[in-house]
Amino acid sequence: MATAVQTVERENYLNANYGIKSWLLTTDHKRIAILYLISITAMFWIGGFFAMMIRLELLTPAGDLVSSDTYNKLFTMHGIIMVFFFLIPSVPAVLGNFLIPLMVGAKDLAFPRVNLLSWYLYIIGGITALVAMITGGVDTGWTFYTPFSTTYSNTHVIGAALGIFITGFSSILTGLNFIITIHRMRAPGLTWRRLPLFCWSNYAAAIIMILGTPVVAVTLLLVALERAFHIGVFNPQLGGDPLLFQHLFWFYSHPAVYIMILPGMGVISEIIACFSRKRVFGYEFVALASIAIAVLGFLVWAHHMFVAGISVYAALVFSLLSYLVAIPSAVKIFNWTATLFKGSISYNTPMLYAFGFMGLFTVGGLTGVFLASLGVDVHVTDTYFVVAHFHYVMVGGMVMAYMAGLHFWWPKMTGRMYPEAWAKLSALLVFVGFNTTFFPQFLLGYMGSPRRYHAYPPEFQVLNVLSTAGASILAVGYVLPMIYFVWSLRYGEPAGPNPWNAVGLEWMTPSPPPTFNFDETPVVTWEAYDYEHQPQEEVTVGH
Amino acid sequence: MATSEIQVAEHSLQHHFADMAQQKETSTFGMWMFLLTEIMFFGGLFCAYLVYRASYYHAFVEGSQKMNIWLGATNTAVLICSSLSMALGVRAAQMAKPKLMIVLMLITIMFGLGFLGIKAVEYHEHWVNHEFPGPNFHFETGDPAHPATDPQHTEIYFSLYWAMTGLHALHMVIGVGLVTWIVIAGYLGAFSPEYYSPVENVGLYWHFVDLVWIYLFPLLYLISKKHGG
Repeated sequence: MATAVQTVERENYLNANYGIKSWLLTTDHKRIAILYLISITAMFWIGGFFAMMIRLELLTPAGDLVSSDTYNKLFTMHGIIMVFFFLIPSVPAVLGNFLIPLMVGAKDLAFPRVNLLSWYLYIIGGITALVAMITGGVDTGWTFYTPFSTTYSNTHVIGAALGIFITGFSSILTGLNFIITIHRMRAPGLTWRRLPLFCWSNYAAAIIMILGTPVVAVTLLLVALERAFHIGVFNPQLGGDPLLFQHLFWFYSHPAVYIMILPGMGVISEIIACFSRKRVFGYEFVALASIAIAVLGFLVWAHHMFVAGISVYAALVFSLLSYLVAIPSAVKIFNWTATLFKGSISYNTPMLYAFGFMGLFTVGGLTGVFLASLGVDVHVTDTYFVVAHFHYVMVGGMVMAYMAGLHFWWPKMTGRMYPEAWAKLSALLVFVGFNTTFFPQFLLGYMGSPRRYHAYPPEFQVLNVLSTAGASILAVGYVLPMIYFVWSLRYGEPAGPNPWNAVGLEWMTPSPPPTFNFDETPVVTWEAYDYEHQPQEEVTVGH
Repeated sequence: MATSEIQVAEHSLQHHFADMAQQKETSTFGMWMFLLTEIMFFGGLFCAYLVYRASYYHAFVEGSQKMNIWLGATNTAVLICSSLSMALGVRAAQMAKPKLMIVLMLITIMFGLGFLGIKAVEYHEHWVNHEFPGPNFHFETGDPAHPATDPQHTEIYFSLYWAMTGLHALHMVIGVGLVTWIVIAGYLGAFSPEYYSPVENVGLYWHFVDLVWIYLFPLLYLISKKHGG
């Protein structure tokens, strides 16, 4: 496979120049993607550490490892870190940053300096939040509900809120850059109907980023002002309305869960097409389903507030609208399944993760339909059922998709293959570990075990022990890729420009790509996922 | 003349664009999208205003009567004039009249600083009258015999007043800074009819901030002239 004579490695974005300054002042979207990769990985491990502490505390029914105050801080910081500093930037800021210019045949994103600014804002916001956590922590839950957050909590709410506020602008700038790039920077011939679905779904997520994030930013600013100056906008003692906070918060934070899943769906579309050697079935519908999810996602926020005292009629309407989101989501799942039908399927690691995504996201999505119905929601509100539901979507969905994407494009990003056998093992561990962790939580929630307590009745112990054991397996599943990805940088098999024999502009340039991505601007004359006209070669490396 | 303009244009073309037209379209589109996020940013506050004005209408009327309508109206006129000089300045940049552009931008800066000065006078009045939310807040309802409204609800009016006009004033400060940058860059000869996107984009930003005030003025100052609504 490898050419007999290793010629001098050609210049690419990694070896074009060296030194810390060439990274910290880079405007190259690929280098910024790598900066994001390193920073969100660090955040993932910090958030994961908090999760492990939570699971260790829940090993026994008594609250014996940490005090209830500490426990409140642990789940709050786990939520804040994972939502705002890992999941939201994960696929967009790492894979999207790296791939969108390559996929549309551009030399860079539309605003390269703005892109670098977004990384710095992320870092400043992240450090602000971490300082708040190290110097005492936050205990409000990641949702910052008032009046607890504004009046009663004695923890570092202002610091954490400001950290999220700042990071919000990083997310806004990333979204802005994606939208403009996809509109204005496409290569000649690359029409909207030829655009890869990864771009479509990141475009949809970017719409949510630019429309929703400013609202949560100003809301958290008001929380900080209320704590600092007692301005009383959300404080019922001063005539303010805490429900207004919940409306404003969820106006962003519900659509934000689609920021956390849409880009993942884009990854899955790419991988399923490649490893079934087929065009994605119903391409147009999958593309438009992304937009539909983004639009409908803005109309369902109050389903987080069914028991908060909103009117029954409002609840009915929001319940109905929430059901509607299931339609475009199901369109995607069915179309991926139809893509697999009669495809030449190969079971490489990205595909294994993609299968995991399809199954787990379906479970998470269907339990979402349970929760959208008023009666069931009232029964399981604030129980582990809700916790299990959103972890099936967030971890079973988005983290699986992120891992799938990392494995799929790792050869493109680094020029090296990861070790396939180890990767398959890690995919298996993640799948088994994940289900062992979170499926018992559905049962716990159904039986009425409330979330956010550090102690529980002894009859729930078996399920909690199972969950903690699963979390340990999951942790091993995540540590393994850390090790072999780093290992592959030096010892991995050279990947060549197109190890998966995939279509798409990003595979038509060397791995790693040169600084300006393409030697000459490509001209596109074919539709996306044109596997029918591709010579039928087996995937040749990585076995 | 012509060659030097082409050189300016080539110099201003960033590496990742095919030509100047694409670069200009992209940056203008980016600015409009950014302004969209700004609308959403202010939108959260406008939404809060809407909710509380509907709930505590009379308290809001009482609060609004503490506003100095003449200063507010003067400021509105000042901002409208500044938008005119800004629009003419952008036109001058487009017509390759750099000196005229610099003069018009300096006039815009003057209007902007005038607005902030008048706003500072108003803020000072509110401050000494204890019309700043928090522990020192103090408010007498208009008719002590019929205390129709709760001072706490008027405090919410003032919270929103300070938050909304404060955020707007912050945007004005940033705007003045941006126009100053345009003046310096224009003085150094950075712009030409082929490349004046920064001027145009700063112009768009300025008009947006102006427009926010056009909404803030009636909502905060002109709720009702009648006492207690």
